[in-house]
Amino acid sequence: MLSSAMNLFVVALTVLNTAAAVWLLVWMRKRRGESRRTEDTTGHVWDADLREYNNPLPRWWLWLFVLSVLFAVVYAVLYPTLGNYQGTLGWTQIKQWEQMQAEQEKQARVILAKFANREPEDLAKDEQAVAIGRNLFANHCAACHGSDGRGGSGFPNLTDGDWLWGGEPTLIQTSIAYGRMGVMAPWAEVLGEQGLDDAAAYVMLLSGRKALKGDVAAGQQHFAQFCAACHGADAKGITAIGAPNLTDNIWLHGGSMEAIRYTIANGRQNLMPVQEHLGDTRIRLLAAYVISIGATRVAQLEP
Amino acid sequence: MTAHAVTVSYNDKVVRQFAIMTVVWGVVGMLVGVIIAAQLMFPELNFDTPWLTFSRLRPLHTNAVIFAFGGSAIFATSYYIVQRTCHTRLYSDGLAAFTFWGWQLVILSAAITLPLGMTSSKEYAELEWPIDILIAVVWVAYAIVFLGTLAKRRVSHIYVANWFFAAFIITVAVLHIVNSAAIPVTLTKSYSAYAGVVDAMVQWWYGHNAVGFFLTAAFLGMMYYFVPKQAGRPIYSYRLSIVHFWSLISIYMWAGPHHLHYTTLPDWAQSIGMVFSLMLLAPSWGGMINGIMTLSGAWHKLRTDPILKFLIVSLSFYGMSTFEGPMMSIKTINALSHYTDWTIGHVHSGALGWVAMVSVGSLYMLIPRLFGQTQMWSTKLIDIHFWTTTIGIVLYTVSMWIAGVMQGLMWRATNPDGTLTYTFVEALNATYPYYAIRLLGGVLVLFGMFLMVYNVAKTIGQGKVTPVVIPNPELAHA
Repeated sequence: MLSSAMNLFVVALTVLNTAAAVWLLVWMRKRRGESRRTEDTTGHVWDADLREYNNPLPRWWLWLFVLSVLFAVVYAVLYPTLGNYQGTLGWTQIKQWEQMQAEQEKQARVILAKFANREPEDLAKDEQAVAIGRNLFANHCAACHGSDGRGGSGFPNLTDGDWLWGGEPTLIQTSIAYGRMGVMAPWAEVLGEQGLDDAAAYVMLLSGRKALKGDVAAGQQHFAQFCAACHGADAKGITAIGAPNLTDNIWLHGGSMEAIRYTIANGRQNLMPVQEHLGDTRIRLLAAYVISIGATRVAQLEP
Repeated sequence: MTAHAVTVSYNDKVVRQFAIMTVVWGVVGMLVGVIIAAQLMFPELNFDTPWLTFSRLRPLHTNAVIFAFGGSAIFATSYYIVQRTCHTRLYSDGLAAFTFWGWQLVILSAAITLPLGMTSSKEYAELEWPIDILIAVVWVAYAIVFLGTLAKRRVSHIYVANWFFAAFIITVAVLHIVNSAAIPVTLTKSYSAYAGVVDAMVQWWYGHNAVGFFLTAAFLGMMYYFVPKQAGRPIYSYRLSIVHFWSLISIYMWAGPHHLHYTTLPDWAQSIGMVFSLMLLAPSWGGMINGIMTLSGAWHKLRTDPILKFLIVSLSFYGMSTFEGPMMSIKTINALSHYTDWTIGHVHSGALGWVAMVSVGSLYMLIPRLFGQTQMWSTKLIDIHFWTTTIGIVLYTVSMWIAGVMQGLMWRATNPDGTLTYTFVEALNATYPYYAIRLLGGVLVLFGMFLMVYNVAKTIGQGKVTPVVIPNPELAHA
């Protein structure tokens, strides 16, 4: 709300400028005194041959101007335009937005009702449910996980059958509803330069690859001492805390020697945001869609 | 030059300098435009080099075409027109020379700092505070030269073109100084003096009036001299000039908030922006009517005179984009058009169709006269320039209209289940063909500018600089 002095200033300035334009129109609409013949110029001459006729204002143009002013006056009565005056319709942009949201939600609820409280596994077999799940995924998930669900660097691939936080339908539902925060501690200060090389070499070996530098035996010792607590003695990860399996050659933050060494040195923090606001049914549908794309992809990989 | 020659001849040196730089900056600005249009299709074209990225070249493009190309065109024509219509030499040769070198220094600084990523992040006011101060100093010098010349005029009535130039110079000084107010942190970094939505409102009060005064009023001034001169006809209506001048400059001031529809700007301020934008339609069209009706009676000249073609088509684009603008300011339409390429199309129908075409047409008439000639080296090349530019602009604006409406519809499309039908990237994919057409349009316009460079070089090559003696104003008149 404007202060009363500011309000008065704004309203007065708005009205005065409009009134001045109208006054100018009225003043200029008729000839006064000057020649009545169109062929005559005003008599001014510049630069040898620049002259001016003094034709009357075109009528259609004059009416166009008047109409636009009338529109402004009517609009200012109906809608908030003049300072703190709210307009007779009571319109605000917030109300308009809320109404549109409410209408959309009402329509959506009717459609969503038939999927309420059904298990994601069951919904994953329902074509209509999967179609809605795909729409929801495109709106809420695709920005990070990609429109095909295959993720990218730092964003998990949802179609490879590998689950950081578990692939059970209820766990997927939980991941969506409440989000996840994956944290790996940095080890640069503990391990030192040589230690980082050794540990990275050992992690490379875990997925069957050979590093160009680093002592694998030393790395194995580091692993047992610092890493096994989260990633497990067998390095197959622990889904309960989101610690990834290091033996399957699937890498969230890159699987090259450099990327692995960087991850060990600096640690990682990854956040999947909470989606609880979507409501239970939408989350079930999303889980169903995620299950369906995972299943399709895994089926493709296993002929 | 003798003291006598100084008093009896016009100062055309500064006009020549600005006229030539207009052509140079026109090529540079439009070339950068073509590059960034190509980058939107082929992002690899930034070669992973920071200063070649779209984000840094885009402000370089807008600054180059608006302030370097458009600004130089305005300086050249306003200095030429104010002397001819006041029958007197510029108020100060020294200050006029200062405005030329000062303005070129501003442009050079922009061309260096913007690619380096130094920016205030305010659209069309990106330059950092030391350059802003230089702009303000040059602008005050410009005001002194222009208004000083007006003051010592040898005719009693001030010609209509000079009303527009004077209003433009005074208003741009106010807009620039208020909007660029900032707290410097280092030599190359400052923070706006305003915060939040107030900052946004000040920025668009500036931004829209940059359109209204820099790109409209100043070029109307240009139109009011070159259209009647080239057509050999008197201005259609003096009283229409009066009404549309005063209504245009007062109502434009209010239109800025339409850039902030459906934002945190209070509803009433948005509404004011909208209704004043609608009231701006008639005053804007007043200039178009006065220009086109001045040509009425000389239509046959269009067959043989490509300069008149440039001028008449520029007025048509002016009329079209000043109709489109008020329509886009209506909240319901803005909800669809805002943030889409429709806006880009609208801007270019104004900037290329109106500003560039009226400038190019005027320069084709002006340049031979500055070098002791009566016409350009090749009229044929002017005609080809006219057609490539016109076709280029039509391809550009039409493709962006289609792309913009399509984007607006795709972004808002919803499924019955309450979700959005398309992801952002799907709308982007659908836009690619239109980006290709836009690029083609831009290339055509740029090609026309190269023709102009050649034609201008040939004209200057065969010309000779001779001082123009100031004629006596016709006695008992004006």
